[in-house]
Amino acid sequence: MNKVLKLMSAALVLLLSFGFAGAGADTLKEVRDRGAVNCVINTGLTGFAFPNDAGDWEGFDVSFCQAVAAAVLGDKTKVRYVNATGKTRFTLLNSGEGDLLSRNTTWTYSRDADLGLTFAGVNYYDGQGFIAHKSLGLTSAKELDGASICIQTGTTTELNLADFFRTNNISYEPVAIETNEEARVFYEKGRCDAYTTDASGLAATRAVLADPSAHVILDDIISKEPLGPAVREGDERWGDIVRWTLNVMINAEEYGVTKSNAKRMAKGTDNPEVNRMLGSEGELGAMLGLSKDFGLNVVSQVGNYGEVFDKYLAPLGLKRGLNALYKDGGLLYAPPMR
Amino acid sequence: MSEFPKRAGISDILYDEKFRAWVIQFVVIMGTVGLFAWMTSNAIENLAELGITQGFGFLDRTSFYDINQALIEYSSTSTHGRAALVGLLNTLLMACAGIVAATLLGFFVGVARLSSNWLLSKVASFYVETLRNIPLLIQIVLWQSVILTLPSVKNSIDFGGIVYLSNRGTVIPEIEAGEGFVWVLLSFFVGICVCVYNMRRSKKHQLETGEVRSYFWVNVASVTLFPLGVYFLLGSPLDYTLPELSRFNFKGGVTIRTEFVSLWLALSIYTSSFIAENVRGGILAISKGQTEASLALGLTRGQLMRLVIIPQAMRVVITPLTSQYLNLTKNSSLAIAVGYMDLTATLGGITLNQTGQAMECMFLLLLFYLSISLTVSLLMNWFNVKMALVER
Repeated sequence: MNKVLKLMSAALVLLLSFGFAGAGADTLKEVRDRGAVNCVINTGLTGFAFPNDAGDWEGFDVSFCQAVAAAVLGDKTKVRYVNATGKTRFTLLNSGEGDLLSRNTTWTYSRDADLGLTFAGVNYYDGQGFIAHKSLGLTSAKELDGASICIQTGTTTELNLADFFRTNNISYEPVAIETNEEARVFYEKGRCDAYTTDASGLAATRAVLADPSAHVILDDIISKEPLGPAVREGDERWGDIVRWTLNVMINAEEYGVTKSNAKRMAKGTDNPEVNRMLGSEGELGAMLGLSKDFGLNVVSQVGNYGEVFDKYLAPLGLKRGLNALYKDGGLLYAPPMR
Repeated sequence: MSEFPKRAGISDILYDEKFRAWVIQFVVIMGTVGLFAWMTSNAIENLAELGITQGFGFLDRTSFYDINQALIEYSSTSTHGRAALVGLLNTLLMACAGIVAATLLGFFVGVARLSSNWLLSKVASFYVETLRNIPLLIQIVLWQSVILTLPSVKNSIDFGGIVYLSNRGTVIPEIEAGEGFVWVLLSFFVGICVCVYNMRRSKKHQLETGEVRSYFWVNVASVTLFPLGVYFLLGSPLDYTLPELSRFNFKGGVTIRTEFVSLWLALSIYTSSFIAENVRGGILAISKGQTEASLALGLTRGQLMRLVIIPQAMRVVITPLTSQYLNLTKNSSLAIAVGYMDLTATLGGITLNQTGQAMECMFLLLLFYLSISLTVSLLMNWFNVKMALVER
C-alpha cells in the first residue's frame, strides 16, 4: 500500500513540474515561421482602423501593422488582423494572440509597469476632449455641471473624466458604453449631453454622425494621450524592431523619402543617414535580424509618417499640430539611424 | 472458520473490489487536483514572467472612476473593492426586480394560455412562442432602442409635474423619511400581524363549525387606516423633493435609468415566457378528476384554482422555477450591452481593465455569481420542502 502511495505522489510531482516551460520567446522567429504578423487593431474607428469597400482593413493604425510586416517579411500584406475592444486588447496581446498592439492605445505608467507591456514609441500625440450637441450652447467643458456624459469603457478616458470633474468640483452622470459605435448611438439619440474620448476619435466620430454640423467639439483638452504601438514585455529584439519601424517612418519624412521616390533613393544618395536607412550603406538590418533593405520596404510599400497621416487622418479634419516633425514645431523626433 | 489461505497474496489485493475502487478514486482525485494545480501554477508562472503584478491588493487601491448608479456611498476616490460591491448590489437589485416581474408575468401568461377564452389563450401562446425563441441579447438591445426613441430630456413627458419620462429614464420624486417615520412602519407591521391573526382565527372557526367568517374589512382597515392615522398623528413625517429640470438633467428626485429599464424589461419578459410554460405544465399535471371532484363539491372556479389546483401545481412548478431564477440572475450579466453598471461591468469590466488583474477579477466574479446562485437555490429548496405534499 505504501509503495502505491509513493508511486502516486511521484506521478503527481511529475505532473506538476510539467508545463513550467520557460518562455524566452522569439517573436521574430514565430512571425517568420507563420509568414504573417498578428496585429491587434480596433473593431472600427474611422481613420484609424476601418474596413474599406473591398472589406480590407485600412487606416492609420492598420498602416503601422503593415509597416512592421514590410520590415519583417518584406511584404506589407502579410498581416493577420485581430480585432479588439478596449477591454480585450491587452489580454489578446499578453496571451500571444497578437504580436503587436496598434490600437490607439495610450502609453501610461501603470500599463508599462504593471500590465506587462512595452511601448515602442508614440505615433500620435492626442488629448481627451468633448463633443456636445450644438443646441446646448456650450463653450467650455467646465459648463457641463450636471450633464450626462457617454464614455467608452475600458480606456483611460473614464479616469481622466473622473479626475477632471473632481478637480473642478462639478458633478456629472457617467454612462459607460462598451464600444465606440454604441456610445455614438447613445450620444446621438440624446441619452448623453456630451461624448468624451481622444480628440482624434472625436473627429472620427463627428465625421460619421448624421448631421456633423449639429455638434461641436469643445476646445478643452483634459489630458495627455500619447498613443503608440505596444508589444509584450520580455522580447527586447521584437520591441526594437517595432520601435525602429516607427522611427524609419518618421525619419523618412524628415529626409524627404517618400513612397514614390524611395526606390530611386535606395540606389544611393549623398545623405549617409538616408543610405543607412534604405540599406545602400552599412548593415543596420542585420543588427535586428532583419534584411538589409527593411527600411526601404517600409517606406516604399507603406509610405513615410506624413504620407500615412495625410492619407487617413487629414480627411477627418485633423491638423498635424503636435504630430508635426520637430523642425515644423511638432513633437516628432526620431533618433538617428546609425 | 474460513477455509481460505491465511496470508493474503498480492493477487488477492489486486482483485479486491474495495481496494480497486479506492485506487481508482485516488487516481481521479489526484489527477483533478494535479490538473488544477498545474493550471494555476502555470498561469502564475507565466504572468510573473510577463512582469504582471498578482494578488488581490488592487481591491484596496483607489478606483478613480465613477459609477452612475450606486446604492451605497461611492465616488471616484473609493476603492476598487467598493466599486465591486456597488456592482454586486446593482446585480442583486436587477435580479430581485427581474424575478418579481418575471414571476408575476409568467404566472399570468401561463394561466391565460389555459384559459377557455380563445383570444386570451392564443395571445398567450403567441407571447410564449415568440419571446422564448428570440435570443436575450437581441431583446435587450431592442428594448434599449425602443426606449431611446422616447422624447429627449428637454421634452420629457410630464405626468402632473411629479413623474417625468424621457429617453434618459423615468424621474420620480425622492422620498425622505423624517423623524418618527419608523413608528408608521411599525404600525403597518402591526396591521399585518392583525391580518395574519384574523386569518388563523377564521380558519380555526371554519374547521370547528364549518361557518365562513370574513374579516376582510377589518384587515383592510388595519393595514391602511391604522398606519395612516399614526402618520397624520405624528404630523406627516415624510419629506419629498419633486424633480426639477435644470440645464442638462433633472435635479432632485430619483432617476430610474434607461439602462436599468431596458435590461429589466428584457430580462423579465424573456424569463416570463419560460415561467409561463412551467406554470402551464404544472397545472396540466393535476388530473382532471381533481377539478371535477371540486366542482362537484360546490367550490367556485376561483376557489378551485386557489385551494385545489395551484397548491398542487406549485409542487411541480417550483423546481423548474428555480432554474429560471438562476438563469435570470446569470443573464443579468449581459448588462454590459446596454451600459448598466452591474458586477460584470464594474469588477469584470472597468476594474479589470484599469488594473489588468484579469485572473483575480474573473476568479472573484466567478465566486460572486456562484454564491448568488447557490443562495437562490438554497432559498428555493427550502421553499420546495415547505410546499411539498404532506402525507397524513
